[in-house]
Order: sequence, then structure tokens, then C-alpha cells
Amino acid sequence: MLAALFAPWIAPYSPIELDVVQMLQGPSAMHWLGTDEVGRDVFSRTIYAARISMQVALIAVSVGLIGGTLIGVVAGYFGGVVDLALMRVMELLFSFPAILLAVVLMASLGTSVLNAMVAIGIVFIPGFSRLARASAQAVLREQYVEAARTVGMSDMRIILREILPNIVAPLLVEAAVAFAYAVLLESALSFLGLGAQPPDPSWGNMLNTGRGFMAQAPWLGIVPGMAMFISVLGFNLLGDGLRDVFDPHMR
Amino acid sequence: MSDVRKHRQPGASPILSVSDLVVEFPKRDETVRVVDHVGLEVWPGEIVGVIGESGSGKTLTALSVLRLLPKRARVAGEIQLGGRRILELSRRQMRQLRGDRLAFIPQDAMRALNPTMQVGYQVGEPLILHRREPLRAALAKAITLLGSVHLRNPETVIAQFPHQHSGGMQQRIMIAMGLALEPELLIADEPTTALDVTVQAQVVNLLKEIRDNKGTSILFISHDLGVIAEVCDWVYVMHRGKVAEEGSIERIFNDPVDPYTRMLLAATPTISHPGGVLGRAASAARR
Amino acid sequence: MSEPAIVIADVVKSFDQIGLFGRKIGPRAIDGVSLTVQRGETLGIVGESGSGKSTLLRLVLRLIRPTSGSVRVEGRDVWAARGSDLRAIRREMQAVFQDPASSFNPRQTIGAILAAPLEVHGFGSRQSRRALVGEMLERVGLPAAMATRYPHQLSGGQKQRVAIARAIILKPAIVLADEPTSALDVSVQAQILDLFEEIKRGLALTSIFVSHNLAVIRHVSDHVAVMRRGRIVEVGPAAQIFANPQNDYTRALIAAVPDPYAKFGNPRNLGVPL
Repeated sequence: MLAALFAPWIAPYSPIELDVVQMLQGPSAMHWLGTDEVGRDVFSRTIYAARISMQVALIAVSVGLIGGTLIGVVAGYFGGVVDLALMRVMELLFSFPAILLAVVLMASLGTSVLNAMVAIGIVFIPGFSRLARASAQAVLREQYVEAARTVGMSDMRIILREILPNIVAPLLVEAAVAFAYAVLLESALSFLGLGAQPPDPSWGNMLNTGRGFMAQAPWLGIVPGMAMFISVLGFNLLGDGLRDVFDPHMR
Repeated sequence: MSDVRKHRQPGASPILSVSDLVVEFPKRDETVRVVDHVGLEVWPGEIVGVIGESGSGKTLTALSVLRLLPKRARVAGEIQLGGRRILELSRRQMRQLRGDRLAFIPQDAMRALNPTMQVGYQVGEPLILHRREPLRAALAKAITLLGSVHLRNPETVIAQFPHQHSGGMQQRIMIAMGLALEPELLIADEPTTALDVTVQAQVVNLLKEIRDNKGTSILFISHDLGVIAEVCDWVYVMHRGKVAEEGSIERIFNDPVDPYTRMLLAATPTISHPGGVLGRAASAARR
Repeated sequence: MSEPAIVIADVVKSFDQIGLFGRKIGPRAIDGVSLTVQRGETLGIVGESGSGKSTLLRLVLRLIRPTSGSVRVEGRDVWAARGSDLRAIRREMQAVFQDPASSFNPRQTIGAILAAPLEVHGFGSRQSRRALVGEMLERVGLPAAMATRYPHQLSGGQKQRVAIARAIILKPAIVLADEPTSALDVSVQAQILDLFEEIKRGLALTSIFVSHNLAVIRHVSDHVAVMRRGRIVEVGPAAQIFANPQNDYTRALIAAVPDPYAKFGNPRNLGVPL
């Protein structure tokens, strides 16, 4: 994540400038992780790609988190017909495979990084809304919510003061895991040519290019693959860590 | 006032004797002593109550006898069951002892019964495990056992699952299971606490009946003075890991000596003594 | 004579399920209950699990909407009330709940929890609210400094004291209690019952006290209502209900309660009149 933030300073070479002389070189002192088919430094491209992946994942998860929490809490709090209607729509979305849904959304929105963010975000909304609804319902059964009603708190205030603070923890943990998944989804979309457009680097399109050179230059596929693996693992571990941090009894 | 333990017969020996029991839990920089030199006895055919509030060490004392304490607990002292030193037994020997000569009835029968297993098999399981009885014979005995704890239609009950029964019925099923191997000692940890009063009274009567008919000794752990008074012959009052006072139930109620016991009596509201200021009475009684 | 503080009139509550294919009528948790509570009086409602006693309390508290029938508090119909009438009900009627563990938002300090009712009803400035919170804590026998603590740092008895402080901070006329001492040890229960009595007397409160424990109900109530399967089987002055129960179920319930003093006589040397 840090690497992504400081990409312009860390990366030794430009990610898009061509250097045909140096093409398809193996790892060396000059190019730590070698160069690709048009002579671009793989290390630099991987780091720049991390930047795009993180941006996409961050926006997408935010869209999913905010949209899902809103829908879930409203459904859980008001219950009845509101709940029924909202959750049926969510189930409809949920019943599509995530990739397929993202691809369909991308196809209708057009291919761009921004649309990838929105599409992945929409894919996440049902998951977050389910979690938010279940958590809100659990909190709703707590007596402090009844106590809040008894002193005359408004619905809005109960949601903001009593319910939200007590469901952030599971939602943020879920967000960290979703973040890892968003990185994968973005890569998948780019791999299919629907996300970041060449010459902008993305782990997905790097992997796609690397596929053609597996025999001559295996690092072209391995490096972005490893980058993905490490970031996904990292965010899953972050999720576990958050779970511990958010336990109110630790204070 | 004279305080005679009528179950202590000359020539007999206690079913259970605990002496100098100490249980400690190591914490980060200290050890916390939760049971502090506790001694108690249960004689044949006797129902012995252990009463105390939360943190008194009553449940940990019971779990020590069953050797079911968490692994990090440090236990010292002596526990003898029918003359055998329990703390020296191997885990395999202890497993044989549990269920065979010693049975445990927990507070929450709902959670203690396996929800996916038919009642008949659960009640008969000890017979299959300990006595290697064939399934059919075990089920036949399960029917008899369920009948003896006054469950109606035991023939149909054996094919049902625990959740099809109320809390009181589940507690009866637990008791039937505990009785399967005719143990000498039943240890019941708050067996009536989760039950409604009318059901509670039935379970208390059932335990007394078991003692009267089979001579089973019972160690009855409870926080409820009323229930203890209903069922027990001899009582140990526990407070902060120690035995504050022991005596016959009549003596404890008529002539409590220890300040803590007196506080407990004064703090408990009863139907026949509704009035008064309980908390103030309790602290006054303690002096 | 004015209207009683609380009038429950022929209330029915059935828990219906709304599904994709319309409404399924559920069993009646409350089946035609009518009760009144006079000003300054404590009505004890006793019943076993599933009797509907807690549901009834929630209907009065306007936490659950009755299927039919009405609840009137201080002359106002709780479900018809709007605007200032509703705010008045929310100020006049407070509650203490059973479970000390779940009674408070774990992410707020005791001070914030106690100040919330004052904020909602626009009482005073931040400073004066803080002063009142400290005062209330001391009134229920806790140090004012406890305002900076979090709920999980308090014992069960301390939490119930805070719950009582929250219930009286708006100076209400009515406090309803749902098994407020069931989760406590007897020695702590004794102190909380004393505190509740003292506060009831001090504020001349009207109260409904729900419990499964007949001895506690006997201790706190002026009138007692016995509930079973959503109905009131008997109601009357506490002394009369316990001394001379008319209904078979009430009789069975009272007979089932172990009473050591009836069995062994009174303890001789407690040094206090029981």
C-alpha cells in the first residue's frame, strides 16, 4: 500500500516510456525485475499498477460500503415492507456471479477506470447490505436501543448514535476483505481488457501480456501475479487485525 | 443448638470427601485463588447443598470433583470418591469414573443435550460406552429410565429430539441420562435455575425421590436459598472461595452463625416476609 | 377523581408474519388484557416464561404496537399521541431493563449515556447537564467520577444503578421495570430493591414492576397481577393475592415457591426484624 502511494518516487523508470533496445530482458541490477516486450521496467509498472488497483479498490469498496450500509441499516431498522422490498432487490443482485455482474455493468457503462470502480462497487453492495442488516437487527434487540426509544430519541438519532457505532466493526472487517477481492476483480476486468486501458499498467493487463511470453519471459506473468497474491493476503490479514482492534472491551 | 449430621453413620465412610482443596488460576503477573482450602463431605444417601453468590467458588469446587476444570487451573488438596483419590487418576480412569460412579447434571440441559441425536440414544449411550450393552438393550433401559423420571410416553420420547421438549422435560432427560449407570453421586450445578417455579418444584421433588428410592447421594450447587432449603440435608455456605459455615439445613436457617450467612438470609426476600428494607437488613445482619 | 396514571384497555397483540404471500396471523402473545395503575402505586406483574409479561410492558412503553386495544398514560393515548403529547409521554415514562450487560451502548461513556435523555429533551446547557449527571450518579450511590467510565468497566449492580439514574434523570412520573434484579446476586439485588423503593418514594413514582420471582414481586408491589399465556388470571392487592389467592393457577404458583421460613421458622439471631 505504501509502495502504491509513493510510486512516482520509488519507481526507477517511467511505466509507459518505451525502450525497444531493452525489451524482454531478464532481472538484472539495472531492471530488478526485468523488462517487458516493449522494454518497460516491470518493477516500475508493477508499482504503478498497484496504485491503480488501490485506487479502484478504495473507491469501489467505499461505494459498496456506503451504499450497502445505507440500504442494510434502513431495511433492518424499519423492517416490514421496506425490508422485504430492499432485500429482494439485493438478492437479485446477489444471485449473479460477481464477475459476470461486473462485466455486464462494464459493458453497459463503457470501459474506463472510473466505470470499473462503480461496477465493482455495485457488485459489493448486496454483501455489505446483508451484513449491515443482520448487524443492525442484532443491535436492535439490545436493550439500549429500547432505552433510547423510551427517552424519546428520533429514528435518525438512534441509527446514528446507537446503531452505526456498534456495527462499524464487522463492516470494516468485511471492507478489508472486500478490498482484497476488489483488487482481484479489477485485475480480472483489466485482464479481459475492460478496466485500465493500455498503455496504463494494471496487474490484470500485465498478466494478460505476460501470458503470451510465458516461455521466453516468465517474470512478466509471475511478478504481477505475486503482487496480487501479496496484496490479497495482506488485506485479509488486515481484516483479522481490525477485528481485534474494534473489540470495545479492549479499551 | 445441636447440629447432628444424621447421614454420618458409625462404621460408614463418606461417598465424597474433599479436603484442603485449593484452585488457582495464573494471571499475567499474579495467581488468583478461587477456591481456598475448601473441605466438604457427602455421606451415603445425603443431599448436600453448596450455596454461594457468583465468584464464591461453588461451581469450581464441583468441577474439581469432576476433574473438568480448565487446563490452566492449578489444583491442590485431596478429593476422594468412594475411597479413590481422584486427583491421582489418569484421564482414562477418570473417564471411566465419570458416568459410572459419578454423574453431572448441568444448569442448561438445552445446551448439554446433543440436538441432532435422538433422546433414547443419548440416555442409553452411557450403557453402550461403559457397559458395552447392545443398542436394543440400552434403548429398553432408556425407556425405563425416562419413565422413572416421570416423562410421559417414554416409548415415543426415545425417538424424539431434545428440542421437541420443554426446559423442564429436557432437565428430566438429563437426569435420566445421569442415572443410567446408577452412580453413587450426582453432582447438580444449578439444575433448576433456568426453570419456571412450578417446573423447578417438580425437578426438586424428582431429585428427592431419586435419593429416597435409590439411595443416591447428591451434591447440589445453587445460589437460591429457597431451593437449597427445600432439598438439602446439610449445607455448606461458600463465600470468596472459602466455606463460611456448614451445618444442617435446620440449624443454618434457625441459628446462622457466620456474618455472611446471616447477610444472605436477610437479603433474600420471601413470600412470608415481604416487608423490610432488604439491603439495610442485610448489612445490619452482617455485623 | 382524575384518571389513573396508566390505563391498559383490552389490549391484544399477535405477532403476525409478513411474507411474500401476504400476512400470516400469529398466536396471541397478549390476549385481551385490561389493567389500571393508580398514581403513586406499584403494580407487580408476575408470570412464568412465555406468559407475555414483558411484551405487555413493551406495549405500555410504546415499543411494540398493539394489534388492538389502547394504552393511556397520564390521560394520553400512547399510539395516538403526536408532537408535544408524544414528547411529554417520552419524558414522563421511563424504564429499567433486565439485562445490565445490554442496557447500555458499549461505545459511550456513562456520562454520555446519562446525558442523552437531557439532550433529546433540550434540558439545560452542556455544563448544567454534566452537573446533573454527576448529581444523579451520587443519588443512586455511585461516585460522580464514574461518568468517564465505559459500561463494561462496571459491575452488574453498578450498571443497574446507572440504569435507575438514566430512568429518573428527566424527573418522570412513571418508571417501568422489567426484571431489573433477575441477573443479580441476592445481596446486590437487596441493595437495588432498596434503592428502587427509596427513589419511588422520593419522587412519588407510579410503577409497573415485572418479574418471574414471586418473593420480589411481593416485596415491591402494592397491587399484583398474575399473568398466564397472555391473559391476566388474577389481580388484586398484594397482601390479598398472596394470603388468599382465588385462582387455581395463582395458588399453584405460590405453592411452588420454596419458603424456608414456613418450613423452619424464623431465624433467631439476625438482629433485625424481618
